[in-house]
Amino acid sequence: MTPKVSIRGLYKIFGPNHVAMVDRVRGGMDKATLLDQHGHVLGLRDINVDMQPGEITVIMGLSGSGKSTLIRHLNRLIDPSAGEILVDGEDVMHLGTSALRGLRQKQMSMVFQKFALLPHKSVLENAQLPLSVQGASAELQASEGRKWLARVGLEGFEDHYPSQLSGGMQQRVGIARALTANTDIMLMDEAFSALDPLIRTDMQNLLLELQKELHKTIVFITHDLDEALKLADHLVILKDGAVVQQGEPQGILLNPCDPYIEDFVSDINRARVLRVRSVMRPLGEATYDSDITANSTLEDLIARSGGDTSRIYRVVEDGTPVGQLEMTDLFKALVPRVSESRQSVR
Amino acid sequence: MAQYDGLFDGMGLRTWCDADKEDAPMSMAQLLAQSGTSDAADESAGLPFPSLDALHEACAAVPQTRDLTAGIEAGFLAIRSELKFVLDPITQPLSWMLDGALWVFESAPWWAMIPALLLLTWWVSRSRSVTGFVAVVLLFFGLIDHYEVAMQTLAIVFVCTGLSVLLGVPIGIGMSKSDTAQRTIVPILDLLQTLPTFVYLIPLIFLFSVTESKLYGIAIILYAIVPVIRLTDLGIRLVDRDVIEAANAFGLTAWQKLARVELPLALPNIMAGVNQTIMMSLAMVVIASLVSAPGLGVLVLRGIRNLELGVGIVAGLGIVLLAVILDRVSKAALARVDRQRKDA
Repeated sequence: MTPKVSIRGLYKIFGPNHVAMVDRVRGGMDKATLLDQHGHVLGLRDINVDMQPGEITVIMGLSGSGKSTLIRHLNRLIDPSAGEILVDGEDVMHLGTSALRGLRQKQMSMVFQKFALLPHKSVLENAQLPLSVQGASAELQASEGRKWLARVGLEGFEDHYPSQLSGGMQQRVGIARALTANTDIMLMDEAFSALDPLIRTDMQNLLLELQKELHKTIVFITHDLDEALKLADHLVILKDGAVVQQGEPQGILLNPCDPYIEDFVSDINRARVLRVRSVMRPLGEATYDSDITANSTLEDLIARSGGDTSRIYRVVEDGTPVGQLEMTDLFKALVPRVSESRQSVR
Repeated sequence: MAQYDGLFDGMGLRTWCDADKEDAPMSMAQLLAQSGTSDAADESAGLPFPSLDALHEACAAVPQTRDLTAGIEAGFLAIRSELKFVLDPITQPLSWMLDGALWVFESAPWWAMIPALLLLTWWVSRSRSVTGFVAVVLLFFGLIDHYEVAMQTLAIVFVCTGLSVLLGVPIGIGMSKSDTAQRTIVPILDLLQTLPTFVYLIPLIFLFSVTESKLYGIAIILYAIVPVIRLTDLGIRLVDRDVIEAANAFGLTAWQKLARVELPLALPNIMAGVNQTIMMSLAMVVIASLVSAPGLGVLVLRGIRNLELGVGIVAGLGIVLLAVILDRVSKAALARVDRQRKDA
């Protein structure tokens, strides 16, 4: 499968002489030295990420890791110091002003952490903004705007103003606005981080539900690992402007490649996140207590077994047996591999 | 004998000093010295500051201080005709607009003008109390026979404010878009704001005839345009970065961004600038009566010139009343914009 968006060898350095500094960073200079000796700030270092069509790619990192900078490179709100960004195989860096505007209007829409709605426009006018920018007819604007507002659960609020809505509702407007643009790619910059936890869960479910139907290529930025694991098809973990590990989230959870990630994942409720298919073994010659689907979480299985550690289950996917799972393996998988630094503290 | 003779002799500049010694017009100090009224003891006791005049005494080649003012004057007079050639046609419409507005405000009968002004007040402020207050003030002007002069002042303020906004908002937009433009324009604005108001009039008197209305029109606009420029610039720079970023992300063109995002969001600040501009043009219109601007200022001037205390004070209070209604109306308009933003 060819990736929808592909980032290759991307560097971003902040400072007056940033392009010249790329070679020094390629030569191995680290962030602190670059800042001390040259007064330039290293934003992103050698980023290579492929984003598959119809998948949610989550880029996760703590604040200052460069994740917001990275997402702004995709529609070139920020220009890189070096590297290329391919969208459908075309390098975004080669686009002229009007072609870039076309890309932003037709191919990528964006949802912002602080909603960034127009305060002097009604909810409907905000939602139809992408179409009005493109000069669509008033009827089309209104019908599309209403359709997507209804889809995100804001029917009846069309004539309100953003300041009259709660944070969660404002972000629904933000999502409706991005959906009205009818783009293949949706960029979500910490879209749910400003919302309180319950609303956040609602919005995550809304996004997953929409995604089941629309199959957009979504790039989602977050600092919250739980959110990342819930949404991600492909997880990219960023630290100090570089990718530490990327891949399928279950894989990262079970095989963290770096002490930083081990620390990160050790606080997660693994039973809820890990799925049977990630910890099962190949089918053996055992007698099985019962069948379980490959996609159930370990938590489901623990509940089902009633805590009996001696059981062995057969794992079934789409009606065919694909593996087996012993409860002892399950419990082993629940204990995170802890980095040595952390162990010595304990 | 001057104190700094030795300095020039020591530097070997004596021949340069005396090269084209001529009988330049004498300064007052020289005249006094010649007539022998200054005593020699005074001269030897004090070391005068080495000003141009003191140095000139020792060395004729050094220019006198009065050459500075004379030079500025000569320089201005030298480019005067060229300047006039360029500025005259450009500013001519201003004369027409001022004369036209004055004609309309003077010749319209009061029973048509007052309702028209009240309608305008209602339209911009949508406030009963403000409209009622304006009605009372206008009727009061009529009652004390100051209606006509008040209308003249109002006409000038309207034209000058209108032009200030028309010119100032685009300049403010330009400033907000470019830091270089801002760095260049801010000192000019500072100069315009701090230059004593009378000083504006001096070069203008040389350029245009005092009977032309544009003379005071230009002075008023130069003085009053500053706040609307400053606050347009500020207003646009204060627009939420996140909203601008969203506008960029959805591919708005620069014009769409300006018309749909920046100007609407900067509107409260721009309106505050317009309010200030109105107040400042009203302040200047009084001073402009020195150069034949009609209106209440003429009466104030008469009060000063002829020591007619009552005339001056009544006219002065009339200006205050005018200022109050203009301020109230523009503030009410600003409040209306803010209110719409919040709960519409």
